[in-house]
Amino acid sequence: MRRKVLAAAGFATGMFAGTFLYRRSSGRRRDRVDVYFADGSMVSFVDGSPEAERLLPVARRALAATRP
Amino acid sequence: MDASQALADLTEISSQIEAAVLFDDGGAILGSTLDDTAAAEELVGAATALLAGAGEFRSGEAAVTQLEASTQDGSVFVVRDEGRSVVATTAPDPTVGLVFYDLKSCLHGAAEPEKPKRRRRAAPKAEEPAE
Repeated sequence: MRRKVLAAAGFATGMFAGTFLYRRSSGRRRDRVDVYFADGSMVSFVDGSPEAERLLPVARRALAATRP
Repeated sequence: MDASQALADLTEISSQIEAAVLFDDGGAILGSTLDDTAAAEELVGAATALLAGAGEFRSGEAAVTQLEASTQDGSVFVVRDEGRSVVATTAPDPTVGLVFYDLKSCLHGAAEPEKPKRRRRAAPKAEEPAE
């Protein structure tokens, strides 16, 4: 009986921890640049890529310039 | 519609947009929601740099028509069409499709020629009574 209770408690704890970690990782946004071209194509550069490393600082400076 | 009217309509329609500047391909500011000219110029400089930088990452002929740079502090949107562009800033996590739609509407509105005012037709003259 005690073993069953422990197993159930372990299962519930694992479920809770898994849900928490999943929601935390999926909820975190990554900085990125989405570029749309005239031919209808689109490219997304995520933070850490060389393209984003060039473009994101420009965007951050622009945001800082327009805010008090 | 002139640029300032198009921007006024834009900020009225879209509560997500914090600041917006309309400019031409030469970088000349056509209208701005910012009172600070230096900030508007900096925003235009950033938009030009973003468009040029993004275009360099593509080997094909297709030009960049729009982009969104999304950061944790907010987003910068740039939309270009027929020699004019509009750059706008928003808070984090904007409704991307809606912002692009509003910016395109703003660009098209600013490009529309002023509608001619209707002329009033002259009131018909009262006929003189026959003698």
